[in-house]
Amino acid sequence: MAQVPVEHGLILAAMLFALGLVGVLARRNLIFILLSLEVMLNAAGLAFVVAGSRWLQPDGQILFLFILAAAAAEVSIGLALVLLFQRRHPSLSVDDASGMRG
Amino acid sequence: MLSLLWLVPAFPLAGFLVLTLLGGRRLTHAATTWIGVGSVGLSALLTMLIGVEFLAVPPAGSVFVQTLWTWMNVGKLNLAVAFRLDSLSLTMIFVVTFVGFLIHLYSAEHMAEDEAYNRFFACMNLFVAAMLVLVLADNLALLYLGWEGVGLCSFLLIGFWYREEANCRAARKAFLVTRVGDTAFAIGLFLLYTDLGTLQIQPLLQGAAAKWGVGSGIAVAAAALLLAGAVGKSAQLPLQVWLPDAMAGPTPVSALIHAATMVTAGVYLIARMNAIFALAPAVMAVTAAIGTATLLLAGMSALVQRDIKRVLAYSTMSQVGYMFLALGAGAWSAAIFHFWTHAFFKALLFLGAGVVITAMEEDHDIFHMGGLRSRMPLAFWTFLIGAASLSALPLVTAGFYSKDKILWDVFSSPRGGAVLWAAGVAGALLTALYTFRVVFRVFFGAPSSRVTESSPLKQPGLRIAIPLLVLAVFSIGAGFVELPGTLGNIPAFSNFLMGSLPPLLVSGMPGNEVILQIVAAAAVLLGLALAYVVFLRRPDWSAKLAQSPAGDTLGKFLFSGWGFDWAYERLFIHPYVRLSQLNKADVFDRLMDRLVARPYAALARFNRNDFFDRFVGWIAEFNAAVARALRTLQSGYVRWYAAGIVMGAIILIASAVLR
Amino acid sequence: MDAVFYISGAVAVLTTAVAITRRNPAHALLYLVVSLLSVALVFFTLGAPFAAALEVIIYAGAIMVLFVFVIMILNPAGGQSAEDAPLRNWRIWIGPSLLSAILGVELIYLFTGNAAGTTGNSEVIPSQVGVTLLGPYVLGVELASILLLAALVAAYHLGRRGLPGEEENPEGGGGA
Repeated sequence: MAQVPVEHGLILAAMLFALGLVGVLARRNLIFILLSLEVMLNAAGLAFVVAGSRWLQPDGQILFLFILAAAAAEVSIGLALVLLFQRRHPSLSVDDASGMRG
Repeated sequence: MLSLLWLVPAFPLAGFLVLTLLGGRRLTHAATTWIGVGSVGLSALLTMLIGVEFLAVPPAGSVFVQTLWTWMNVGKLNLAVAFRLDSLSLTMIFVVTFVGFLIHLYSAEHMAEDEAYNRFFACMNLFVAAMLVLVLADNLALLYLGWEGVGLCSFLLIGFWYREEANCRAARKAFLVTRVGDTAFAIGLFLLYTDLGTLQIQPLLQGAAAKWGVGSGIAVAAAALLLAGAVGKSAQLPLQVWLPDAMAGPTPVSALIHAATMVTAGVYLIARMNAIFALAPAVMAVTAAIGTATLLLAGMSALVQRDIKRVLAYSTMSQVGYMFLALGAGAWSAAIFHFWTHAFFKALLFLGAGVVITAMEEDHDIFHMGGLRSRMPLAFWTFLIGAASLSALPLVTAGFYSKDKILWDVFSSPRGGAVLWAAGVAGALLTALYTFRVVFRVFFGAPSSRVTESSPLKQPGLRIAIPLLVLAVFSIGAGFVELPGTLGNIPAFSNFLMGSLPPLLVSGMPGNEVILQIVAAAAVLLGLALAYVVFLRRPDWSAKLAQSPAGDTLGKFLFSGWGFDWAYERLFIHPYVRLSQLNKADVFDRLMDRLVARPYAALARFNRNDFFDRFVGWIAEFNAAVARALRTLQSGYVRWYAAGIVMGAIILIASAVLR
Repeated sequence: MDAVFYISGAVAVLTTAVAITRRNPAHALLYLVVSLLSVALVFFTLGAPFAAALEVIIYAGAIMVLFVFVIMILNPAGGQSAEDAPLRNWRIWIGPSLLSAILGVELIYLFTGNAAGTTGNSEVIPSQVGVTLLGPYVLGVELASILLLAALVAAYHLGRRGLPGEEENPEGGGGA
């Protein structure tokens, strides 16, 4: 097993999270936004696994499993909504969903 | 029975209240009549019962005082609402209620067509109540209350038909002229109170008699002020100008107020306050002079009037002049005796005139009438009786006895004299002349063009006939209560009044009485004969006299009441009106405008957008601006919201990091 | 073993960065799959084989495949995405990059604050995970299953054609 400092694992997770965040904020395509969201969730799960590995406890992996379940549920509903969105507006640009402006 | 004295003024007052509060639409015509006439009728009945008891079983000292409640108790001034019944006030209330009742009964038919029937009876009832309070009052303040009350009712009733401006002017004139007198009266009250410390009549009179010397300044002042008040109310010189114009009111009003009762309030006042007048012989002389002047002046004016009611008005002025003459000469009970008989025959004359006027369809001009004696017998005979009594037709009329008593008392009183007596006799001649002028013009002779055989003349009904007949009986018989020494010597009336009025101390020679009586009677008959000749037999003589230049000017002068209206207008009214025009925008008005009104308006304009207004406005603006700013955050873009979340996360983590 | 960790880590970061900047969503998906596989390898080196297996099977195997299906359904014209040349409008990337950089720096600062030790030197085998999962975490398991059921029902319902109230008019009434 690799014995790396925990910080490095967490730094990896942080970098992946930041990249996912950039994707959410910068891309207009709904598919890409959901994709970037998955990247962020994955990064969070990575953090948990790193922590679990540090303490040699299975809890980290269990939480990773829960995160995975949540991500799966979220992405399925999200993609269904994307389908609906595409039927309503002829494009996938999230900027078209700006009707609720103040 | 005497303890029910308070009901005598209370009945008409209750009648007034009921008619005012319930009147108009809620009372039927019949109900109004019953209440209006009935209240005075009850008063009259009660007065007669009280009178009977008073005569049969006189109370102690021939005085009965009933105190009802304390009106005011301020410092040393303690006034009670108290009624005093002595022979003088009993006489007065009998006349007021009895004649008042008859006049009310007459009005029930005379005013039946009037649309303000209810208001009429309300005001008449109030008048009767106020007059009763006046004569029954035990203290001068209560008397003044009644005095003002009758002044008010006179105003209301003269201006009864207020839609005609002339009537309103007449009412105002009456009120203002009597006001002059009332003010003097009030000042007199203040003077009396300040000097003697009480307003109750008996203690006042006794205090004055004890404290003031005869002819002292204060006595003269007080008496003069009281005289001024009496002069105003009784329409004597110089405040007589209102009475002829007051004939603008309905005929029953003229009968009740301006003949029988209100104008005699002044006479009552002087008679009641006789002790004070006795202390000021100068004022008594002035009273006699005023009375004499008025009786001659009014008599001459009555000679040329065309309106039948104006003749009677001047006649009233003249007869009240006789009463003042008697008072001035110290003949107190003579004056009251003349008041007693005058009330009956003058009311009768006015009511009769009312019948004639109604029959002539509201035409007052005697030259439009004529030959009515066959067409209206009741009116003719009763009017004739009244006229005879007024002219003091010897022996058979009440007027003769009262006028005779006055003339004899004036002649034989130390304060009277031959001159005043002669004036009185001249007045009697004048009275007969002008009275029978009216009688002959109206009832005799050829009917004028306005009265044809076929034109309908409204004949009086029962409610008019009864008062006329009753008053006619009294006009003849009321004099028999006081027969002079030469004709039976029954001084019942003056004996009766001795309880409240001092007797006349005679200095003349009793033996001359018969001669004087014959002279007076001759004057009356001469006047009657002259009237017969000039106005009936040879009407062209008076017409020629009237058309001659001297006669014309004299006629106009007399017609206008000796020019008093003209003089007062120029002396008082024009300057006053000019002064008030000047004062319309006077110094004070302009000063107030500059100093107060304009700066205030400027301040208000300045303050329209002041600090507080702007502050509050700024708060609202600020809220709107903040809302506008916050609204930009709601851009509707999902990525923007996501960026917001991230920024929030950054801040939160930063707070954890930087701890 | 440490080197595998660092190399896999680097591959993951690189491929993710490339994935989010692609024009074609299919390309991005493929890059992302590679990224996920490298993260799985990272899990393996950390002694979490169960997590690694799950990562491959579920994340890369199910979720990414779901994305592929949706992209096929949506069929953007010519495989192009809704936006043209994301990298040509690089100005859009300034703001998000800044924010993410700040957040990343903060996180790293937090993580390196205290010395937290090193990762373990043995595996946590799947049976351990299973025992703990159905022991203390059994409630979580049930909840996760309910969640998945809800997602299933919702996804089925939302994905239907001919929903009541659905119109051609984009402004039309809401669905569901």
